[in-house]
Amino acid sequence: MKTRVVTDVSSLPTYGFGTSASTWWGTLGFCAIEGTGFALAIGMYLFLAFSNPHWPLGFSRPVHWPGTALTLLLLLSIIPNVIVERAAHEEDLPRVRWLLVLMTAIGLVAIAIRFVEFYMLIPRWDSNAYGSIVWLLLGLHATHLITDVGDSAVLTALMFTKHGRAKRLADVSDNAFYWYFVVGAWLPIYYLVYWFPIL
Amino acid sequence: MIRRMAWMFLLSGALAGCRDWQSAANHAGAEAERIWSLTLLFTIVLGLIWLAVMIAVVLVIRRRRAAPVSAHDALIDDAGHRRNSQIVGSLLAATAITVAILTVLSFITQRPLFAGRASTAGIRLIGHQWWWEVRYDGATPAEMFTTANELHIPVGTRIRLSLESNDVIHSFWVPSLAGKQDLIPGHNNSIELLAQRPGVYRGQCAEFCGLQHAHMGLLVIAEAPDAFEKWQAAQRAAAQTPQDGDPAKGAGVFVSKPCALCHTIRGTSAGGTFGPDLTHLGSRAYIGADVLPLTPGSLAAWIADPHSVKPGVNMPPVQLQGDELNAVTAYLIGLK
Amino acid sequence: MRRAAAIPRPAEQRDTGLDDAELRERLAYTWGRRPGIIGWLSTVDHKEIGRRYIITAFVFLALGGLLAAIIRLQLARPESHVVGPDLYNQIFTTHGSNMMFLFAVPVMQAFSLYLVPLMVGTRNIAFGRLGAYSYWMFLAGGVFLWVSFILDIGPDVGWFAYVPLSGPQYGIGKRPDVWAQMITFTEVASMAAAVQTIVTVFKHRAPGMKLTEMPLFVWAMLVTAFMIIFAMPAVMVASTSLILDRLVGTHFFNPAEGGSALLFQHLFWFFGHPEVYIIFIPGTGMVSAIIETFARRPVFGHIAVIISLVATGMLAFGLWVHHMFATGLPEIGASFFTIMSMTIAIPSGLQMFCWLVTLFTGTPVIRTPLLFVFGFFFIFVLGGMTGIMVASIPIDLQVHDTFFVVAHFHYVLIGGAVFPLIGATYYWFPKITGRMMNERLGVWNFWLAFIGFNVAFFPMHILGILGMPRRVYTYQHDVGWDGLNLTSSIGAFILATSFGLFFFNMWRSARGGAPAGRNPWGAGTLEWLAESPPLPHNFDHIPVVTHATPLWAERESLPIVSGISVNRREIVVTTLIEARPEVRESSPDSSIWPLIAAIATTIAFIASIFSPWAVVWGGALIGVALIGWFWPKTIREDLE
Repeated sequence: MKTRVVTDVSSLPTYGFGTSASTWWGTLGFCAIEGTGFALAIGMYLFLAFSNPHWPLGFSRPVHWPGTALTLLLLLSIIPNVIVERAAHEEDLPRVRWLLVLMTAIGLVAIAIRFVEFYMLIPRWDSNAYGSIVWLLLGLHATHLITDVGDSAVLTALMFTKHGRAKRLADVSDNAFYWYFVVGAWLPIYYLVYWFPIL
Repeated sequence: MIRRMAWMFLLSGALAGCRDWQSAANHAGAEAERIWSLTLLFTIVLGLIWLAVMIAVVLVIRRRRAAPVSAHDALIDDAGHRRNSQIVGSLLAATAITVAILTVLSFITQRPLFAGRASTAGIRLIGHQWWWEVRYDGATPAEMFTTANELHIPVGTRIRLSLESNDVIHSFWVPSLAGKQDLIPGHNNSIELLAQRPGVYRGQCAEFCGLQHAHMGLLVIAEAPDAFEKWQAAQRAAAQTPQDGDPAKGAGVFVSKPCALCHTIRGTSAGGTFGPDLTHLGSRAYIGADVLPLTPGSLAAWIADPHSVKPGVNMPPVQLQGDELNAVTAYLIGLK
Repeated sequence: MRRAAAIPRPAEQRDTGLDDAELRERLAYTWGRRPGIIGWLSTVDHKEIGRRYIITAFVFLALGGLLAAIIRLQLARPESHVVGPDLYNQIFTTHGSNMMFLFAVPVMQAFSLYLVPLMVGTRNIAFGRLGAYSYWMFLAGGVFLWVSFILDIGPDVGWFAYVPLSGPQYGIGKRPDVWAQMITFTEVASMAAAVQTIVTVFKHRAPGMKLTEMPLFVWAMLVTAFMIIFAMPAVMVASTSLILDRLVGTHFFNPAEGGSALLFQHLFWFFGHPEVYIIFIPGTGMVSAIIETFARRPVFGHIAVIISLVATGMLAFGLWVHHMFATGLPEIGASFFTIMSMTIAIPSGLQMFCWLVTLFTGTPVIRTPLLFVFGFFFIFVLGGMTGIMVASIPIDLQVHDTFFVVAHFHYVLIGGAVFPLIGATYYWFPKITGRMMNERLGVWNFWLAFIGFNVAFFPMHILGILGMPRRVYTYQHDVGWDGLNLTSSIGAFILATSFGLFFFNMWRSARGGAPAGRNPWGAGTLEWLAESPPLPHNFDHIPVVTHATPLWAERESLPIVSGISVNRREIVVTTLIEARPEVRESSPDSSIWPLIAAIATTIAFIASIFSPWAVVWGGALIGVALIGWFWPKTIREDLE
């Protein structure tokens, strides 16, 4: 078949940020999958809470301080996250470097607090269904914390090598995007675990 | 053609004298009758719609056409688009209306089904892997009794069964009387039966419950109220104690061997609750949750090696001498 | 970048100013796979992976069919002893799980992986490495299930694995865990492929291909991918909670400790009902593609069909409770699901009417693919009618968990998905292999399948009414089911013969079929622009799309894009709705890491049904593999 050129794309950039990057959409897809997972786990909690005459099945609500501390830390972390995203967009490598170090450190502290939360939980996962679902919620979110911190750490290392440029900066911005998801997913869980009414 | 073949098979089966005592079509209960009418109505309406679609497909295939145009021309020539949109639109409206009517009919039919749920049950049906425990309630302990795999009900009376399970999920289903309802551990369910004519109706567990799900049958015997009262009075009585011969010897064997650990025979020291209550075993038609008709031969075979009849059943083979086996069989058969 | 070292080339070579032969040679080289076994294991080409996926899924179809044959042998006569209850329960569980998780969903996704990039006019699926990983995970999950089955630890709790039967107290050994973890394998694979499909469709369409003008098959796969994203996490949550109950003593489903057996059913069917549509909607996409080509006109009501697909996909999430009518739910709740289940007939009807009008106003050319579409009409519409019956609570209470339902869902799934799939195989086989399938065998194939299917499954409706429950390994003589069961078994063997013929036809045609050329059917969509089989880079030039059936609209010359690199893998990223070019993005190169990551994941998944610590060290193992996967190999890769 004969052809005729109607569009030339040679002047287009070779990587993009946000909605013009495939990776951004891929990240969004996985956030949708994991978000559905969180929604279902929350649904399980509510189903169990409303199908039992007493909730939380003979336990009292856990002490909220470690959870509250984590929530505050995660909410505050949004500020450097916004800045790192912007720095990546501006391809400002030095700023990206130290902000990524900061974000990784914040993530490590968050994981540490999560372990304190587990430690202070009175019901164990095998105590009864209440214990099981609380451990499931915190555990599910912990895997996301760990995954994101792992990702941030690898990216941070990458930024200190010769690869810290161009398309890899778009990856930094996707990583920041994922962190919003990790923070956002925590808020309903925080409410359920620490403030949901005793029925 | 295929449908006709299928119906011919169905007919020939019926003519050959098979008992359709487990058929939703052979309804004998109020609920089953209502559902069957609805099923027939749905079948006719939907069958006609299906037929109409098939006729349309055949017309499409057989329509005479002018010489094939090129697909390129088809892009440009879109005459009749408006008319075709109207056709699709009207068909869609017709679909919506049909579906709405069927939904309403379904809702009307389901009303009685949900209506009586709150009433109290006189009989508790407890599912076990793989048999049914049937407990008749009463005002005093003397009026209560337990039997297994056979449910007697009086004709013309609404009977509510509570449905419970001690192990896995089972489902109670006697097609001639009503639709099914699950027995779920930790969940209270019930079902209402109203038998319209006397008869023996077979049911079977309908939720997969493990190895012998296929052999978890149950008989519902609907009888005239006086016959039912007589049966109930007989069941309330403790087991007769045989005085001599094989049955008396068998009674001794039963309580001295492991049998008594799992089975209850009221009026004796046998008080196990793991297996079915055998107080009036001799009055039942089948053994092993409807696996074998109750005869001295089948009962002896069952006791000697239940696993050859119903592989994986929870009853262990009991070591008995030949004469002990005969004696136990004679004893149990005699428990009318 | 060993290749670059072997043949020195300028740093940047665009497709402008090259003659056709050189352009093709260079692009094929850039997009081709490396030689040798490592090259074979490292490929990220959607066509190679799609082909492997299709072949593997067909192997699982054949294996699952063998199990079905054993089931029908056993049930042909009452009280028969072909297999015992223990083996029978493993067989029907493996048959169901295999057909749903290892055949039906993967084969549809496989066609999506193969066809969607071609149909939207790009050079590879998005995240090609993820596609490779998806395939290896799927393969590992399938092998895991079948090896378990052969070792007599196949799952025996039904494909739905209801608790408490599958729970810690009643589930024997590791059998339910095998089921639960096989789910995890296949769902990871499916979700990965779903994300790939979505991103490819959203961002990698050829310039000018508006979202509303995409081929209907692509639309169907897009809707399916979204359904996978929102449905499959439910079954993963269910199966993971089940493993936790069994392994570490949680009580999600234990009523004695506040858990609930019904919770499992809700989770399972929240996935399980959309699952049916995840299988069926691709089937409708295939039907649309075949009808369009063989009716020789675009499908009537393109937008209406899109609306119908989207509506079906959304409504499918509101039906799950109709699998639970017998569990004693409150009337209001249950009735809502009756309404939803009835409503879904409306979009399905809309599609059906559009197809009929298309055929009526077109000039149909009757070939094997279209025969299978007619078979689809006959069978699927009947299945749809019985679907309306089971949506009614009273009727469902009689026929639920009986052979009536077995008949219903085989009519819907085989009629709605497998008939279109076989038709689609006849249709796209020339594209995939470059050769036509034999038409005469195809006609035989169709009639045997059509007759065999109906003889096998129609009597089951009646068996259900006569009281025959599902999942029974045998039945007694005195219930009157003998004749119908025998008929059904005879039909099953006719159906099996048709599949034998189908596989034989594929095998023979792949070797000696008539050469197909680019567009043997005179179809209008972009996959027929590529060579048959397509070259590694799919298209010498990325087309610019002006119409829903570009090959029909542009007869004189094809508008194309220029300015794309030929010595590195580059694709055009376009905007979501209008497909205006945005970025020239690089597309992943071949890599062995997806295979390594899949091996690591497999080890972690299998070990974690034995020890909870496997999650920890297995997670670390996967983490290492993923770093290898994403770590850039050379600075050049970044420059590009």
